[in-house]
Amino acid sequence: MPNRSQPFRMRLQRLAGYAAMALLLFVIGAPVFWMVSGSLKTNQEIYTFPPQWLPTSPQWENFTTAWNAAPFGRFYFNSIVTTLAGSALEIINATLSAYALAYLRFPFKNVIFVILLASLMIPAQVTVLPNYIFFGSTIFELFGESWINTYQAIILPGASVAFGTFLLRQSFLGMPREVLDAARVDGAGHLRTLWEIVLPMARPVLVTFALISLVAKWNDYLWPLVITTTSEMRTLPVGITYLFDSEGNNQWGVIMAATVFVVLPLVVVYLWAQRYIIEGLTAGATKG
Amino acid sequence: MTSGTDIAPSTATSAPVVGSRWQMRSLAAREWLLFLLFIGPNLVIFGLFTYWPMIENVRLSTQRWNMLSPRRTDVGLDNFRYLLEDGVFRQVLINTFYFTGAAVGLSLVLGLVVALLLNQPLRGRDATRAIVFAPTLLSGAAIGIVWAYIFDPRFGLLAQILGWFNIGSPDWLNRPEWAMPAIIIVYVWKNLGFAAVIYLAGLQGIPRDLYDAAKVDGANAWWRFRSVTVPMLSPISFFLVVTSILSTFQSFDIIRVMTRGGPVDATNTLVYYVWDEAFQRSNAGRAAAAALVLFVLMMVVTLVQLRYSERKVHYA
Repeated sequence: MPNRSQPFRMRLQRLAGYAAMALLLFVIGAPVFWMVSGSLKTNQEIYTFPPQWLPTSPQWENFTTAWNAAPFGRFYFNSIVTTLAGSALEIINATLSAYALAYLRFPFKNVIFVILLASLMIPAQVTVLPNYIFFGSTIFELFGESWINTYQAIILPGASVAFGTFLLRQSFLGMPREVLDAARVDGAGHLRTLWEIVLPMARPVLVTFALISLVAKWNDYLWPLVITTTSEMRTLPVGITYLFDSEGNNQWGVIMAATVFVVLPLVVVYLWAQRYIIEGLTAGATKG
Repeated sequence: MTSGTDIAPSTATSAPVVGSRWQMRSLAAREWLLFLLFIGPNLVIFGLFTYWPMIENVRLSTQRWNMLSPRRTDVGLDNFRYLLEDGVFRQVLINTFYFTGAAVGLSLVLGLVVALLLNQPLRGRDATRAIVFAPTLLSGAAIGIVWAYIFDPRFGLLAQILGWFNIGSPDWLNRPEWAMPAIIIVYVWKNLGFAAVIYLAGLQGIPRDLYDAAKVDGANAWWRFRSVTVPMLSPISFFLVVTSILSTFQSFDIIRVMTRGGPVDATNTLVYYVWDEAFQRSNAGRAAAAALVLFVLMMVVTLVQLRYSERKVHYA
């Protein structure tokens, strides 16, 4: 009897496991499905109960309507510019700072390291108001006019990094000393050592950090909302609320199409780089 | 002169030493310069846009200013006195703790359940892990809008699902008692994947022999979970509690998009309050004071973390 009941119990357990997994996938997937299917429904299909899961015939016009209802081309352009520039600056800053902290001698290195790390305790939410006032102040009129509603103002406060510096420094410190010493003996300067030896070895960490940085910049909401004042300067996450706010009785089909605009680029990036992101994050959390 | 012969050899050897020390000094100076050059931009930007505004924020919190007038009035601690006595701010603090407690608790518990499930030898679990994690990366603003549609009591997805069980849908976003649970649901949906992925990595790091030993001792599955899994995961739980508290304290986009702090301040949390006071009501001083409260709360959490992450919390 036991040799039959044992596999039966295990099979039951497996079945329960798959059932739970299906439920999990439904809970996580249904809202996303609802977004996509909603973006293809007519208003009539949306305002019926019980709601339809699938549109009878996909309404691709929702996407063109959404695109024309607000300057989405502009939003895209703004998001791409600020995300790429912001991430590039973050990556450069993190790399150079991490190299300096890992390999260069300096008398007050620990103090500087602590100053960098302590910045993690001051969230952007606390500095939003003073930074806004700062960018509106007369200092910036030396450059022409106030920097409120400019790309520089969206990008600059997020151009420094503590987390990424820390992450890269850890990875730099873990590199074999002999390889670096060999480069030194060959007469390689610090910039060449960094470019030709350290960075290639740190590639996985660098990619992970770059991805995390890109995602954070793309989704950033509070600061771009505060510092931009005209629709031509809004980024995608901020701009999308124009549709949602303005329509009192919401045109859900069009709005869902607009949310697809915001989410789609990240979904594409994620499909391509899923492993880097998940593995990078878990390594950071479980080793630390 | 008599000692000249004694000195001669020592000066002979010390001359090149002085030379190389000089050389080394210039080499060291060059390295310091390079250090400053490399780390300088990062430090300057932190100084200008993190540390300086922090100090400015403290100064602002002692002033009254409508953000337009050229004059700011010094009011001492009036702004803090106002917050202390203000019913809305008390509500805001309660909301923040309610939201943080529920959102962090639920994402951790559900995250652990999901991790335990995905730790089983099931086919497709890697793909499932990737899908469960995906919402973490999506824009809170976009997700908030999607969920506003899902919560629609007449035509929404949730109304239909509740209908399967013969439950009528509440008017989620327009009822003070339902708005916060709605926000919490969205937050947990979006963030439980993070906890799940981290917990899963932790589970995979627990040595098998611990379970085998427990089995030999006759421990059943529940007891093995209590006596092996939970204590072994405690450093990770601690890490997750701290990072999740800090990130929920800061959440803004979902609330702004879905409820704008309402109805009647039911979802008004600290960051929303700061933004609202500053940029909707033009009370710079009051906003700065509230921002300082937020800063102090986050500082307390961080200090607790620093204190306890020193010791290992395995058996805590």
